[in-house]
Amino acid sequence: MINLPLLPILIPLLAAVLLMFFPKRIKAQRTIALIGIAGTIIASIVLAAEVKANGIQTVNLGSWPAPYGIPLVSDMLSVLLVLTSSILTFFVVWYAIYYMNESYERFFFYIGVMFLLVGINGAFTTGDIFNLFVFFEVFLIASYMLIVLGGKSGQLRESIKYVLINVISSALFVAAVAYLYSVVGTLNMANVSQRITELGSPGIVSVIAIFFLLVFGLKGAIFPLYFWLPGSYSAPPIPILALFGALLTKVGVYSIMRTYTLFFYHDQGLTHQILAVLALLSIVVGVIGAVAYRDVRTIIIYNIVIAVGVILYGVSAMTPAALEGAVFYLLHDMIIKAALFLLIGIMIALAGSSHLNQMGGMIRDYPRIGWTYFVAALALAGIPPLSGFVGKLLIVQGGFETGDMIGPLLILLSSLLVLYSAMKIFMNGFWGTPKEYHGVSAKHANRLWVPAAGLVLIAIAYGVGAEAVYPFIQMAAEPLIDPSIYIEAVLKE
Amino acid sequence: MEILMSIVVGILFTSAVYLILSKSLLRVIIGTALLSHGAHLLLLTMSGLKRGAAPVLMDDITSYADPLPQALVLTAIVISFGVTAFFLVLAYRAYQELGTDNMEEMKGNEPND
Repeated sequence: MINLPLLPILIPLLAAVLLMFFPKRIKAQRTIALIGIAGTIIASIVLAAEVKANGIQTVNLGSWPAPYGIPLVSDMLSVLLVLTSSILTFFVVWYAIYYMNESYERFFFYIGVMFLLVGINGAFTTGDIFNLFVFFEVFLIASYMLIVLGGKSGQLRESIKYVLINVISSALFVAAVAYLYSVVGTLNMANVSQRITELGSPGIVSVIAIFFLLVFGLKGAIFPLYFWLPGSYSAPPIPILALFGALLTKVGVYSIMRTYTLFFYHDQGLTHQILAVLALLSIVVGVIGAVAYRDVRTIIIYNIVIAVGVILYGVSAMTPAALEGAVFYLLHDMIIKAALFLLIGIMIALAGSSHLNQMGGMIRDYPRIGWTYFVAALALAGIPPLSGFVGKLLIVQGGFETGDMIGPLLILLSSLLVLYSAMKIFMNGFWGTPKEYHGVSAKHANRLWVPAAGLVLIAIAYGVGAEAVYPFIQMAAEPLIDPSIYIEAVLKE
Repeated sequence: MEILMSIVVGILFTSAVYLILSKSLLRVIIGTALLSHGAHLLLLTMSGLKRGAAPVLMDDITSYADPLPQALVLTAIVISFGVTAFFLVLAYRAYQELGTDNMEEMKGNEPND
C-alpha cells in the first residue's frame, strides 16, 4: 500500500479527535486510547516489514513531485523509532490507567498523549525540514499541556521555565530554517543535502550546522543546554515523565543524527568535533548529577543526559560501527528509560516520597518489583546479555577506530558510575531496614508492575535477540553512512 | 533593503533577549513575542526582498515575490500565536497560584506528584 508511512501519524490523530467528543467518559477514553495506540503499533510493524522487503518508502503528499511537495520518508531508522515510541506509549498508557487520578483522566490526559504520539511519529517520518518544525510544535504543545495538567504550584512554576525554553528554541529553529533556505533555496531534506554538496559546502553551512546543533541540543538536552531538564522533568506525574524522558529528548537526538549525517557531513573536522566534545561533556555532567542526588527521580533524569551524550558521541564518530551502535543504543535507551521511570514510579507510589532516605527494605514485601528493577538497572548499565551492551560496544569500537582514546574510555567509565547510581536506588530502596509505608496498596503496586515488567521483558528480548535485531539496525544505519541512499530514494533519480 | 531588515531583526532579537533576561514574567512573555517577530521577519528577509507582484496568478505579470516563505511565516505565526496564548494563561494561573510574577521568587524543590 502506497500510503503506509502515513498510518502511524493518522491513526493516533484520528483517535485523538474521536476522544475529544466525550472527555468525561473515562472507560471509553481508556479503551479508544489503547485501541488507537495498538493500531499504530500494528501499522508500524506492517510498515517495518514493507521497508525491510522493498527499501525506503516515500509518500509525496498530494502527488507533488519530490522537491516541491512535502515527502514523508520511512527508512528503517524512522520506522524503528516510530515502532519503539508507539510500543512505549502503549505500556505507559496502560500504566497510567492504574496510576493516574481520575481528575487527570477527565481533563484530556489521553488526548494529550495521542497528540504527543502524532507529533513524535511525524517528526521521525517527515522528509521536509519545515514540516519537522511543525511536528516539533505539535508534540511540544501537547507536552506543555501534559506537564501542567493538574495545576499544582510546583508544576506551574516548572512549566513556565519549560515553555519559555521551548519557545526560544522554536524561534531559533525558525531562524535556522530561514538561514538554510537562503543558502540552498529548498526545504526538502534530500534536496538540501544535494544542494549543499553542489555548493561545495561553504563556510556559512558550518555556521548553520552549529545553529541546528543549538536548536536540537536544547530539545535533546546536551551539555551546556541541559539546564532546564532536571527541574522541568521533576514536575509532572510519573507516566507523563516516562513519556517525556523516553521520547521527547530522543526526537532532538534523532534530529541531530539526521541533519549531521544528511546535511552537514562535509566539514567534519569542525562540526563533528564540536559534537563529540559536547557529547562527552554531557556524559560528565550527567554522571555527576546521577551520582550526586539521592532523589530517585533526579537520578534517572540525569541518566537521560548521559544516554544522550553516549548516542551523540556515536553519531559524531561517523564510522559504520559507531552509527550502528548509536541506533542500537537509541532504541535501547528509549525502552529502558521508560521502564525505569515506571518502576521508580511504583517505588514512589509505595513510599509516598521520591527520596531514598524515606525508602528501604521493599524487597521483603515486593520481590517481583525489586528483581525487575534489578534487571532493568543492569540493562541500563550495559551488562552483556542485556540490551545496553551491544550498542555501547559498537559505539566504543567506533570511537577507537577513529583513533580517539579519551572518548571511549570515558564512556566505559561512565557505565560504571551509571551502574553505581542505579544500584544506589536498589541498595537503599529495596535492601536496608524495612520501613512502614502508607502509600498505595500492595495489590495496586502489583497491577502497576505488569506494564513495567512488560517493558523490561522487551528490553531483555532486545538484548538477548540482538542477533535477530541486528540486520534491521544495519539497514537503519545504511542511509546514515551513505546519504546518497536516502537522497535517491526521495528524489527517485 | 535586506541590510536594513537585517538590522531591524537584530534590534528585535536584542530587545527580546534583554526582556527575556528580566525578572518580571510579563516582560519575559513580551520578549518571546518580540523574538518570534524577529524570527518571522528574518524568514521573509532571507528569501530575498526583490520587487515583484504579490504571489497571486494574474495575466501579463512575469515576476512574483517568493510565495514559499510567506506560507512558512503564516504557519509560524499561528503556531507562535497559539503558544503565546497558552503561555499568557499559564502566567495568569501561576500568578493566582504562586502570588508572584517575579521569576527570581519562583524557586523551590518540594516534591509534587
